[in-house]
Order: sequence, then structure tokens, then C-alpha cells
Amino acid sequence: MSLDALLFQAVNGLASASGLFLVAAGLSIIFGVTRIVNMAHGSFYMLGLYLAVTLAPKIGTWIGGPFGFWAGILAAALVVAALGALIEMTLLRRLYGAPELYQLLATFALLLVINDAALFLWGPEDILGPRAPGLSGSVMLLGRRLPEYDIFLALIGPAVLIGLHLLLARTRFGRLIRAATQDREMVAALGINEALLFTMVFALGAGIAGLGGALQMAREPASLTLDLSVLGDAFVVVVVGGMGSIRGAYLAAVLVAEAKALCTALGVVDIFGFTFNMSRLTLVAEFLVMALVLIVRPHGLFGRPQPPAARGGPAEPPLRPFSAPARLLALAAVALFAAMPLIGTLVSYAPVLALDMLVAALFAASLHFIMGPGGMASFGHAAYFGLGAYGTAYAVTALSLPTPLAFATGIGVAAFGAVLFGWFCVRLEGVYFAMLTLAFAQIVWSVAFQWEEVTGGSNGLFDVWPEWPFDSRTGLYLAAFVVTLAGLLLLRRLVFAPFGMALRAARDSRLRAEASGIPVARVRWLAFALAGAVCGAAGGLFAFAKGSISPEAISVGRSIDGLVMVLIGGVQSLIGPVVGAGAFTLLQDSVMRETDYWRALLGLIILAVVLLFPFGIAGGLSRGLRRPGGAR
Amino acid sequence: MTAILEVRELTKHYGGVRALDGVSFSIAPGELLALIGPNGAGKSTCFNIVNGQLRPDSGTVRILGRDVTGLPSRRIAHLGVGRTFQVAAVFGSMTALENVQAALIAARGAVFGFWRPATTIARDEAMALLEQTGMAGEAERPAAALAYGDVKRLELAMALAGDPKLLLMDEPTAGMAAAERGEMIALVQKLTRSRGLAVLFTEHSMDVVFGHADRVIVLARGRLIADGTVDEVRTDLRVREVYLGGTAAAEAAG
Amino acid sequence: MGYSSCLRAALTGAAMTVAALALPAFTLPAPAAEPIRIGELNSYKAQPAFLDPYRKGMQLAVKEINDAGGVDGRPLELISRDDGGNPGDAIRVAEDLVTREKVDLLAGTFLSHIGLAVSGFAGKRKVFFLAAEPLTDKLTWSDGNRYTFRLRPSTYMQVAMLLPAAKAAQRKRWAIVYPNYEYGQSAAATFKKLLKDAQPDVEFVEEQATPLGKIDAGPVAQAIADAKPDAVFNVLFGPDLAKFVREADTRGALEGTYVVSLLSGEPEYLDPLKDEAPAGWVVTGYPWYAITTPEHMAFLSAYQKAYGDYPRLGSVVGYTTIKSIAAGLKKAGGTDTEKLVDAFRGLEVVGPFGPFSYRASDHQATMGAYVGILALKDGQGIMVQPSYVDGASVLPSDAEVKALRPAAD
Ligand SMILES: Nc1ncnc2c1ncn2[C@@H]1O[C@H](COP(=O)(O)OP(=O)(O)O)[C@@H](O)[C@H]1O
Ligand SMILES: [Mg+2]
Repeated sequence: MSLDALLFQAVNGLASASGLFLVAAGLSIIFGVTRIVNMAHGSFYMLGLYLAVTLAPKIGTWIGGPFGFWAGILAAALVVAALGALIEMTLLRRLYGAPELYQLLATFALLLVINDAALFLWGPEDILGPRAPGLSGSVMLLGRRLPEYDIFLALIGPAVLIGLHLLLARTRFGRLIRAATQDREMVAALGINEALLFTMVFALGAGIAGLGGALQMAREPASLTLDLSVLGDAFVVVVVGGMGSIRGAYLAAVLVAEAKALCTALGVVDIFGFTFNMSRLTLVAEFLVMALVLIVRPHGLFGRPQPPAARGGPAEPPLRPFSAPARLLALAAVALFAAMPLIGTLVSYAPVLALDMLVAALFAASLHFIMGPGGMASFGHAAYFGLGAYGTAYAVTALSLPTPLAFATGIGVAAFGAVLFGWFCVRLEGVYFAMLTLAFAQIVWSVAFQWEEVTGGSNGLFDVWPEWPFDSRTGLYLAAFVVTLAGLLLLRRLVFAPFGMALRAARDSRLRAEASGIPVARVRWLAFALAGAVCGAAGGLFAFAKGSISPEAISVGRSIDGLVMVLIGGVQSLIGPVVGAGAFTLLQDSVMRETDYWRALLGLIILAVVLLFPFGIAGGLSRGLRRPGGAR
Repeated sequence: MTAILEVRELTKHYGGVRALDGVSFSIAPGELLALIGPNGAGKSTCFNIVNGQLRPDSGTVRILGRDVTGLPSRRIAHLGVGRTFQVAAVFGSMTALENVQAALIAARGAVFGFWRPATTIARDEAMALLEQTGMAGEAERPAAALAYGDVKRLELAMALAGDPKLLLMDEPTAGMAAAERGEMIALVQKLTRSRGLAVLFTEHSMDVVFGHADRVIVLARGRLIADGTVDEVRTDLRVREVYLGGTAAAEAAG
Repeated sequence: MGYSSCLRAALTGAAMTVAALALPAFTLPAPAAEPIRIGELNSYKAQPAFLDPYRKGMQLAVKEINDAGGVDGRPLELISRDDGGNPGDAIRVAEDLVTREKVDLLAGTFLSHIGLAVSGFAGKRKVFFLAAEPLTDKLTWSDGNRYTFRLRPSTYMQVAMLLPAAKAAQRKRWAIVYPNYEYGQSAAATFKKLLKDAQPDVEFVEEQATPLGKIDAGPVAQAIADAKPDAVFNVLFGPDLAKFVREADTRGALEGTYVVSLLSGEPEYLDPLKDEAPAGWVVTGYPWYAITTPEHMAFLSAYQKAYGDYPRLGSVVGYTTIKSIAAGLKKAGGTDTEKLVDAFRGLEVVGPFGPFSYRASDHQATMGAYVGILALKDGQGIMVQPSYVDGASVLPSDAEVKALRPAAD
């Protein structure tokens, strides 16, 4: 590997960095001001690209091809900005009173809807746009050809950075944005029209993302998978740079892009006699960078401790044990599920679906334990689901352990992972916590994805069927029922116990908790580990139920599913996650059957739930009935 | 008799700002010590260092003769230091009673209990503390729904839960109506007397300070400029200067 | 929370559960001439570009067969489901098809890990399963089982089809670029092994494993150019391929380099490249415009008549899947699973690519693929000089396969 080659790759990295920066900058601005974790941000990027490849040729026919390309990019960015404004005004604005993260749920629903809308409008095939007129060639550098468009891209990142800096530093709008990012009360006190500010900020952020996507027209085809893949990158860059810091985002983008370019450039290397293909690391390079940065700097490179949430919504009402009638109902539900094998003789599919609901309920409840009472929203809870599932599967297939022992192994592996990763994570707060959990989950995912000998690589492990008496549908179902019930009761007991009270105390006020002598970090760590262990049990059940396990069990998608279940059900209610898991599983199962556009339908249903029950189904129903004045 | 709290040469910088600059003082058992000074003088910073929330750049904090500099606040809490904050901090999702129970459980080091419902633990003691702070009537209300004055009182009850030797109260009356303020300090005074408790508190209302404190220390721009009885401080020229500005001080002198 | 809220929430939950679980009870069909129910599941949502044509191909075949009177007088009924794009959902869907829809057999899947998961399910529950698309060698070899058959040529077969060209090129320095997951990895490994065996002096100078769907094409193309290979084996496809081709072109990274490439001649992947299709690459694929066998001509005209569009490779796979099932059912004389399995072993089928069979030894179909050279015509990539490679000619012998299939009977 010559120095020239490395240098040249570093220049290549700058072009990629600009692309990353543009998506991230918009996300950072939106989060800084509105505190919305915008899951639809990748969708704006994707739409930008689709619109550009559609508009550029159209505009080109009116004003001439070369201009059409650039006009198409601008037009795409503007259309996306307008769409952003529309979404903020019609949807998000209704949700500022809901607990934090409900906007996340809404934007996730949007992601689903937008993806299907794009499928409907542009069809399933990738659309490759034209090359940039005037910039389609290359120039010689270090004896290699560097595409002109890469140079242009490498420059546009810093240009947008400077433009944004001027906007923020020199204009009234910019000052308002900075003020709102740093001190929300001040903006309100100054009598600023907050609604307008939010709309404009959302439009700006969306527009920049749209621009980022449109600019890729000359480099990559518009495809329906872009939204999610870009979203992950954008989060990484924003968090590494420090939420709300634009120059941090640029630096982070460079860091991530260069790390990837370096892995690519090094190719196959020999380390200590082992041959390792460094290019395989590009799969997780960004998450490795993020984990390292967050461990060393808990608020990213340029971030500051987050000021408290914009409008966190009303405080959670005090926890109460079941009253007598509610207990009866809970018992009835338990009885219904216990009787499922009998129901199965009439409706044979019922136990199949019920088993999935049990697994989902345990998964969601374990997430809720740290997310609700713990106040730590994990975006990477699937890691422990996957560790439990893989631990179990490995114990069955490679170690040939008996079923109960294999199951215990899975729980042990998950607990170990949670203890290990939790130690790092619980030191962080808010979105940084969420992102570090995500980074660890992605790292676990990539290990599972690539460690062919142990995990079966991308295909996973097969023939994980349980032994007698769990090998029949009924046997497995009943075992899963008992495990799930025990897990749910355990978590519930814990929440009310002194440990759970300490956990809730630390969530409500870390300051007060510490000053009262609660070892907050240790309490959170243990909670994280317990949640991980219970989640591992869910993973183990899953492996047995499906007879196989693949890296998808650890994917971002599953982590998001968990969040959606908890939020749909109601994060402030103890039975919320169980209701949410049931509803989500049923919904997905039935919606998937009904239409090809099931993602959009699912998204619309989630939107409806969010708008009707801004506290989740269980939370919403309880709030509807409580007398006003019960809470602030 | 050893001082409950002894602070030596505390210094803390924020970038170019000297929040604390060589501050030393001590508190005797049972003493009600007021820390006063204009906004930005470094009072909260001082509290946060004593309390273990912040690390000083240099200097030491001793509690009952033991060097606790740099210990985390939860350890300091267990050494018998109770704390209330300038912006009251309680557990919003719990009832007032549960708040105090949580503080009691924490003080007893019993947070790693995994079975018995927490609401059944230390109920009577918690009620007693609420009674002492005049909050018994609000015991079952969620803390998030309490009036701010009540939150402050609740916080006091929680700070007392560990049976502390020393109470640190950063602006215990901030945000209260004038009438309530005197009441609050009187309550603190009464509780300290009955428990033999030392208190360090800050307060803006001079009437309240001069009416209740045993001793007063004055901070200005991070430096301790006066330390004495109420009367000594009341007549101190530098204090008057800081509070009333240059001309007023000159007039007073003349 | 208050009790009434609990009450309501629990009631709602219970009601929803009961409703959802009971619903199917009221949808039991009561047909006159009992159809044969084919349960089909696939990642329609995750892989629309490939699977829309596939579905059309299936539906065309079902229609043809039913118009001709069905199989032994019984019409085919296709119950098609999305598998959610992940094995967990896929297994539930498979359970749903088997338990609720009471299908007689399962077919479908596209992604390898889903194919393997459903195959495991089929083995466990003793359900016949014809895997249509998944490429992984494991499906018929290391993880093969009695109840699973596979139609499409496997990764190994596709690679082996390109080997003669790679060998004939007599290049010494090879670079490999592949998507970083099992398909790419095993294609690369197979290629290296086969080529090394055939040409011992070959040297592999660069290997780029790129994240699927997220290739950083500029640096990757550059790294390959920097290694100065005289030949490249490409396994990229889809958006990754488009990005790679464009970057390689702008940078002149593959100038004078001989390239063999898997699947790139399939219309699904070739057509989006439009006039940037890399001329000169040797590829496997489906040149529908150049196949003049009577079987294919018949299929082509029927397909174009039905849909007003040209077929993709997926169309052929979907069509042939149904034709295979019909042939198997006919030979088995009914839907009994064990009989169907036995019938499929050695089953002879005629599809758009001509006659082929399902091998008894490893349950792999011998349907082949076309190998040709990419060229540009009317601003569109096409395959020229296509030749059909029979799958049987590139598969290991029955004896070798026996060692590869430890678990299966
Ligand atoms: N976290 C911080 N970062 C920077 N400066 C701070 C910080 N906290 C306090 N300061 C500064 O230190 C000085 C003392 O603040 P503080 O202790 O809060 O004063 P007081 O409580 O007496 O009003 C002030 O100038 C304040 O601006
Ligand atoms: Mg202060």
C-alpha cells in the first residue's frame, strides 16, 4: 500500500463525507430545536433523490439538459422542504404535548408511509440518474483519476457548513435557532412564535436532507432501501459530532468516511499471522467509531449536556397496583392465553400467533423496564434478544445441550452482554444513551453477521428445535407461556420493589436521587442487565419457536419494533408494553395478509393510534378516564 | 469540638470565570449558617462542591474531620449530609409519601431490595417527616401536582430522611411568597434546634437572614469577604459595598 | 394506573385477541371441486424489483394449468403471502399457511436465510417445500433435508458456469469484489477454489467485501485499480452494482481488465444500468430477446400477451416453480407429502429453458442459466453470444454430493 494510494483514498473519503454531512446536518438542526428524533429523515433524503432523477430530465426539456440537472436538484430540495413543513404543521405539531419519543413513533410511521408512497409513485426498480453535465469527467491526482463530481461534492460539504454557520451566526432566524437549541425558556420568554420557528426549522432540515439526496443523483441510483440505510448513518454522524453541533457533524462525517475509506484502502492485511480482510469492517465502521467516541466523550465531539426536553409532556402518574377488578381482568387474559392450546383445536392458527405475541410481550416488557421506569430509551435492545437467541441456538446446535440448559445458556449470554455493554451505556443520558445502545447492537449484529463458524454468518443457525416435551406445538407454547408470565410478573414485582423505586427516582431526578444516596449508575446498570437477561429469555423462546435464528433478530428493525410496541401500548403504563406487543403483532400479522402496501397501512394505523392516544393505547385509555388535575 | 463541615481554600474556575477563589469556612454542630452574596457570587458552586456534585480545582472539604473532597454525592449523603436544591428536585411521578419513603430507603442503603413493595417500607417514619414539615395533608398527592412551596417543603422532608448532621439548603425559599419565606426558615430553625442539626443555607431576603441565622458568611465574585455574626456582617463596609454599590457604601461610611 | 383504565385496556386487548384469533374460523372455504392449495411466501415487500415479475410468472402458470383442466382434474389455488423479509415472520407465515390455510405444500422464498429457515420448518413439520429463488449452497447441501427442493441454479452452479470463461482468459492477477454476506462470501470462496484448481499459478491480489446496499463505490473501485489486477470477479448486484460500474468507469478503474460477473446479465440488474452497462463483461443472466427455443418462444409470447411487458428472470423462476409443482403432483398422483417428495426425486420438467430434472441426490434442479458477454444496443445493455449452460453439467456428481449432505437422508 503506497502513501499515494492512501492519500488518494483520503480525498475520496471527503466526497463521501459531504454526503453524510448533508443528511446529518438537517437531522442535527431539527433535533437541536424541536427535540424530535426524526426517523423519517432518511426518507427525506430518499425523496430528494427520487425527485431529482424525475425532475432533472423534465426540467431539462424546458431549459436545456445541463441546466435541468442542477435545477432538478434545487427543485427536489425545495419540494422536500415544503413537504417537511407540511408534515410539521399537520402532524408533529399535534404531538408536542405527548411524552418524549411519541414524535419518534410518528416519524417512524411516516417512514413506512413514505417508503410505500415512493414504491407506488416510482415503482420497484432502481432509477439511475444522469451524470452531472460538465462534471462527468475526471482529473489526474497522484497518478490516479479523481472524478470531477467527487471534487465538487468534497467542496459542497464545507460550503454548506459555512452557509449554515453564517445563517446561524448572522441572521435573526439563525439566532433564534441557536437560542432555541440552548435555552428553550428564553425563546418562549421572548415571545417568539414558536410554532412558526419549528415549522421553518423542520423545513430547513428536511430541505438539506433532500438536497443531500438529490446531489447523489450522479453517483447512485434512487432505490427504496435508501431511507433506512441513510438514517443509520445520519444518526451516527449527528451523535458523534454532538447533537445540535453543525461543525461537529461535519467533523464526524469526515471521521466516519475516512475510517471507511481506510478500511477499504487497506484491503486484505496480515495481523499476527492472521489474514484479515479489512474491507469487511466497512459493515460497521461507523458504529465502531460512534461507540469509541461516546465512551470517551459522552456528549460527542462538540456536544454539550442536553438541556431538558422541550415539552416532555405531563409527568407520569404514580404507579398503582392492580385494583380488584383489574386483577380479575388480568387473570382472565392470563386464562385466555393459558387455554390457547385448547382454542387451537378449533382455530389451529391461534397458538402460533399467540406464541409470537408472548415472545413480543416479553421482549417489549423488558425494554419497557429500562425505558419506562428507568427512563433510558434503548435503540439497541435487539442486541440482547439476539444474544439470547444465538446463545440458545449455539447451545443446541454446537454443544447439543438439553433444551432447558440451552435456554439458560441463552439467558446467560444475553445477561453477560447486557452487563458488559450496560456498564458503558448507563453513564450516558438521553439520546446519547440511545445511540450507544444502538452502536453496541450494530456491533453485535455485525459479529453475528460475519462470524460464520459460530453464528452461521448472514444465514444464521438452523435446526434449533427443542426436545421432548417441548417439541410439540403445545409443549413449546405452554413452556413459553410459563416463562413469559414469570418474566412479566418478575419485572412487575421489581418495579414496585425498592429497586424499582430507586430506578424511577433516578429517572425523575438524577440529582435528587444521588443527593439522597441512591447509587444511580449501579441501579441503572443492574436494571439494564436484568432487562437484558429477560430479553434474552424472549430471544431464546424465539429461537425455539422458529427453529432457526438469523442476524435479523439483532437488526435495527427489531429494536425499532420493540420501541414501537412500547410506545403504542403506552410507555407510562405497566401493562402498556404487553398491550402494545399484542396489538403490534396482531396488526402486523393481519395487515401483512391484507395488502401489498402493508407498510403504509401499518404506518397509517400507528399514526392514528399516536394521534388518538398520544400516551399509547393503555396510557391513553387511562388518561381519558382520570380526572383532570390528577397530574400537572 | 470538631466542626461538622470544614472547607479550606476551595477554588473552582469555569473557563475564565472564577466561580470560587480560595474560600474557607467551617460550621459548628447545631449552627445555622447563612451564605449570602449577589447572583453569580458562587454560592451554588460552593454547595455543589461540598455536596460532591462538582470537583474543586483545589482545596479540601472535610465532614466531621474526614476528607471528602471529590467523593460522589451519594457517598456524602451517607455521611450525614442532606441537600435541597435552588430549583427544587423531587421525584415527580411519586406521591409525596413515596418521595420520602424513597429517601428513607436510600438513606438506609436498602435500594437493592427486589421483592417487598417499596410502598410498605418505612411508611410511619415517612409520615412523621411529612408531619414535621407540614406536608401530612398532601401525602397521597403526586409530587408533580404540588404547589411549588409544597415541593420545597417536601424536599426538606426528603433531605431530613437520612437523619443528617448537616443540611445544605440552596435558596430554600426561592420562588416562595414573602410570607411563606419566613415560615420556611422558621421551620428549618425549629427542626435544627430539635435535632441538633447544622445548616448551611443561602437566602436573598436580608430580613430572613438577619432574623434567623446564627452566623453569616458573604461571597462576592467567588471570594469570601465577610464571616461573622449577624451584627458584624450587617455593618461590614465591604458587604454594604457589594450589596448597595459604591456610592451607597460611601454614604453609609460618611 | 387506575383500575377502570386497566379494565378498559385489558378488555380491548382481550377483545382484539379473540376477534383476531376467531376470525379465521369464519373464513373456511367450501369449494366444489377441491383445489390443490399451494402456499407461497416471499419477500415481496423487501425485494419488489425481483418478485413482481416472479409473481406474474407464477400467476401465468397457474392460469395456464387451470385453463387446461388443472392437475388430475383439480385446479391449483395459489395462496401467496409476504414473508415480512425476515425468517421470524416467515416461519409464522409458513405456520399460518399450513395450519390455517391448510395448504398442501409450500413454495417460494428469495433470500437465502429465509429459504433456509423455511426449509428447516419444512423438515421439522414434514411439509413439502420447493425453494424457488434462494441461492445458498447450504439449502441443498450442508443443511439439505428430505422435504426441501430447490429450483434456481445455486451460487456454486452460477460460479461454475462462469469458470470456463475465466479459465480461458488466462489471467494471472485477479481481484474479487463481493457483497459482504453469505452469498457473496461463498461465491468468492467457490470462485477462488475452482479457479485455483484449474489454473494453479493464479494470484488473488485484492478482495473487497462491501456492505450490502451500502457500497462506498469510489474507494472500492480505486482500491481495486490500485491493486493492478488483470482480471476481476464481480459478485455485486442491484444498486451496489450501478454505483460501482459508474465509479469504475469515471476512474478508468477497470480499463483493460477482464471482468466476469455473476447475475449481471439478468434484466433485473442489467436494465437499470441503461447505457452504462459495462460492455465486455462476461456474465450469467437471462437474454430473453435472444432465446429462440420453442419452449421459450411460447412462454415469451404468453407472458407478453398477459402483461404487456417482457419477462425478467424472476418471471421464468415463478413460472417454472408452478410448472414443477404441477408436474410433481401429477407424478405423485395427489398431494400426499411423502409421495410428493418421492415424485420430485428425479422429476422431469420442461420449462421455458427447456427440459431439466430435480436430482434425487441433492434435490437440486438442473435448470441452467445463460452465459454471455455484455454489450450496448440502443442505449441499453444486452447479452450477446449467449449460450445455455445446463445445470447438470456444472453440478458435482451424486457421490460427491452425498458427502456434502450429512444431515439429509
Ligand atoms: N456549569 C457552569 N459553566 C460555566 N460557568 C458556570 C457554571 N456554573 C456556574 N457558572 C458561573 O460561575 C459563577 C458562579 O455561579 P453560581 O455558583 O451559580 O452563583 P450563585 O449561586 O451565587 O448565583 C457565575 O458566574 C456562573 O455564571
Ligand atoms: Mg445559585
